Amino acid sequence: MIGERVCLERQDFQVLLDVLRQQGYQTVGPTVRDGAIVYDQIASVADLPIGWTDEQDAGRYRLKSRKDQALFGYVVGPHSWKRFLHPPVLTLWKAKRNGKNFEIVQNSDAPPRYAFVGVRSCELHAIFIQDRVFTKGKFTDPHYQARRRNIFIVAVNCVQAGGTCFCVSMKTGPKVTAGFDLALTEILDGQRHYFVVEVGTEQGASVLQEIPTKPAQPSDLEIGEERVQRAAQQMGRQLDTTHIKELLYRNLENPRWDEVATRCLTCTNCTMVCPTCFCTTVEDVTDLTGTEAERVRKWDSCFTMDFSYVHGGSVRASAKSRYRQWLTHKLASWIDQFGTSGCVGCGRCITWCPVGIDITEEVRAIRESEPSRA
Amino acid sequence: MAVTLKPQTALAVQTDPMVPLPYQVQRVRRETSDTFTLELRSLNGERFSFAPGQFNMLYLFGVGEVPISISGDPAHPEILVHTVRAVGTVTKAICKLKRGDILGVRGPFGSSWPVEETRGNDLIIVAGGVGLAPLRPAIYHVLNHRGEYGRVALLYGARTPNDMLYKKELTEWRGRFDIQVEVTVDAARPDEWRGNVGVVTTLIPRAQFDPYHVTALVCGPEIMMRFTILELHKRDLRDDHIYISMERNMKCAVGFCGHCQYGPNFMCKDGPVFRFDRVKELFGKREI
Amino acid sequence: MDTLERLLSEHPFFKGLDPRYIRLIAECARDVTFKAGEFIFREGDPSSHFWLIRSGKISLEVFAPGRGPIMIETLGEGDVMGWSWAVPPYRKQYDARALELTRALEFDAMCIRGKCDEEPKLGYELFKRFAQIIGQRLQATRLRLIDIYGSHA
Repeated sequence: MIGERVCLERQDFQVLLDVLRQQGYQTVGPTVRDGAIVYDQIASVADLPIGWTDEQDAGRYRLKSRKDQALFGYVVGPHSWKRFLHPPVLTLWKAKRNGKNFEIVQNSDAPPRYAFVGVRSCELHAIFIQDRVFTKGKFTDPHYQARRRNIFIVAVNCVQAGGTCFCVSMKTGPKVTAGFDLALTEILDGQRHYFVVEVGTEQGASVLQEIPTKPAQPSDLEIGEERVQRAAQQMGRQLDTTHIKELLYRNLENPRWDEVATRCLTCTNCTMVCPTCFCTTVEDVTDLTGTEAERVRKWDSCFTMDFSYVHGGSVRASAKSRYRQWLTHKLASWIDQFGTSGCVGCGRCITWCPVGIDITEEVRAIRESEPSRA
Repeated sequence: MAVTLKPQTALAVQTDPMVPLPYQVQRVRRETSDTFTLELRSLNGERFSFAPGQFNMLYLFGVGEVPISISGDPAHPEILVHTVRAVGTVTKAICKLKRGDILGVRGPFGSSWPVEETRGNDLIIVAGGVGLAPLRPAIYHVLNHRGEYGRVALLYGARTPNDMLYKKELTEWRGRFDIQVEVTVDAARPDEWRGNVGVVTTLIPRAQFDPYHVTALVCGPEIMMRFTILELHKRDLRDDHIYISMERNMKCAVGFCGHCQYGPNFMCKDGPVFRFDRVKELFGKREI
Repeated sequence: MDTLERLLSEHPFFKGLDPRYIRLIAECARDVTFKAGEFIFREGDPSSHFWLIRSGKISLEVFAPGRGPIMIETLGEGDVMGWSWAVPPYRKQYDARALELTRALEFDAMCIRGKCDEEPKLGYELFKRFAQIIGQRLQATRLRLIDIYGSHA
């Protein structure tokens, strides 16, 4: 039943993965690779980052062993779920030359049905934000929609905050509140390692039926709540969003942009790791004989010179203007465009910036440069 | 901050707005040394309905795709007209097309000139260079429905007489008694040009209109539009009576790729035509 | 008020000018007509006059050897032609040629300068107006300098 909460013991966790796979889902979740926790296909509990955690700060990410065997004892890594819903490289269509004419062959491969395991609250909000971008406007992106329609979401409540997290400021976490099929709270309590599972949808309930669970006791729920509360109080960062749109709109010429531009390498890392950044470019390519062409869509970044190219040159030629575009889009114009902020406070852009530029610090600097309004 | 105008949707229903449909070149007309007008017809027999000011994405097999405004007569949807200036790889290739060649078309996209909303008003249409192309459908529409508008002035500035688009039509329009047409060039030789010499803004004091019941439609290079707006202000035009058409890097044309953002606006959805008061805070700001 | 004074007081260029001053400058003005093709002045001529164009069209030209004459500005009804009378070395910088039958009010610069010396307030009012003309010409020049219609490729 929706809203029902039960307990799933650690030793039965594999059953959850098995049931999802039996129901035709491709299970995707966190796994350790190249010194980071990334999202990839997982088949067994052993693929999960058991006993690992991540240490994060501006420009810094390290994996560290935990003292326990937690499955979800980390925060977020460089990947986000957008790589599955909005793939980094996607062939939109192919064309075949036919005399002077050409024939378009649409890419109609059915995308996989994904079950996402380990979706954090901030990440769920990021998915809702991309839903608005791709499916709630005048046009709908059929590729996103086809992937999004079929996903199964196993969310995980954060019981610890990362060093660069600020979801509390963005009102996107740490507790998962909506949009999931199942939501887990991982509890390691002495010898017992278990999950409080909350049912979000009928599909979630039907999956749960196949798994051995026990009714959750009030004490289980209490421990779970208390752990999530603790995460909320541990936030590594804060961002004051009061009238942030107006603040940024009236500060387009603030000297702070020049200052941040002296550090920003325009490397595009922040946009690649951001779970909401959606910009893409297309490449039109042909084979050597010139008889087949295809259009490939790839993630792009507002930090490149090409991004704003109009014939003759780039509209945003300076690093300053590109950083300003990114930050004001994320936190201000996004609100005008889609009715929400484009930031979920996951902290990835801070962690993965090679020079440690901190979006929360930049907004603070701009806010504090306006003493009369403080 | 979307423009209130609702662009008409194409009669040619496309299931996927990202997939181009084949059109065949019927005719190519050379306008200037680097600008050509192409007449296209759908291979699938669709009529191409659009609103004046909207644009299409033109795709050349294996070469690439570019946004080009529609410059034909909205009353003749059986023929699709584009005026293209050869400035980049794709536009240069498009300008080399011959009768019978095929190109891909996606569209129409974007907002349009307020030709319906401004019925009963005087109109001042100011174009610079190839900026006349996106305005031509509006001019056609107004001339097709001439009785519904007050005084109409078309002011056009080009670099030299050889850089002017649609010379034959300009001459025709000049010969009508119901539209004031003023043309100027930046420089000319007396043996090749008998008209005005001077920047397009110098024509604005000559336009005849009622400043309280007039709408200005402006299209040209951004600098030209900035100075045009200054001159229109001198003639007491209000910002919400001025419309401009802008250019940015439109790539997907459906608001997904992010390239054409202009502050909160997506040029491809909210533009390219904007009521000036809705973008004035950004207009002229550097690198927005 | 005679015809000339009325023409002057109705012209936008003299808008708001004290009728007393209108009378003064009217003493320096006369009505002139130029035939199509007629040169009104040539580059290097002493700048002894300026004109308020009442009808017709005049082109300002420079002549480049090998390129021939290049029109840099055309002036028509309501426009003011000539500001070099106001500043040293009082020389014309372009050729001016009537493109069609043109009528204008012609002002004697010596006479105007004399009036301005007598009535500095009139001088100030006139220079404010000519500063606008010079500003407009400068702006037009800058716009062309940028080559706004160029391809910039």
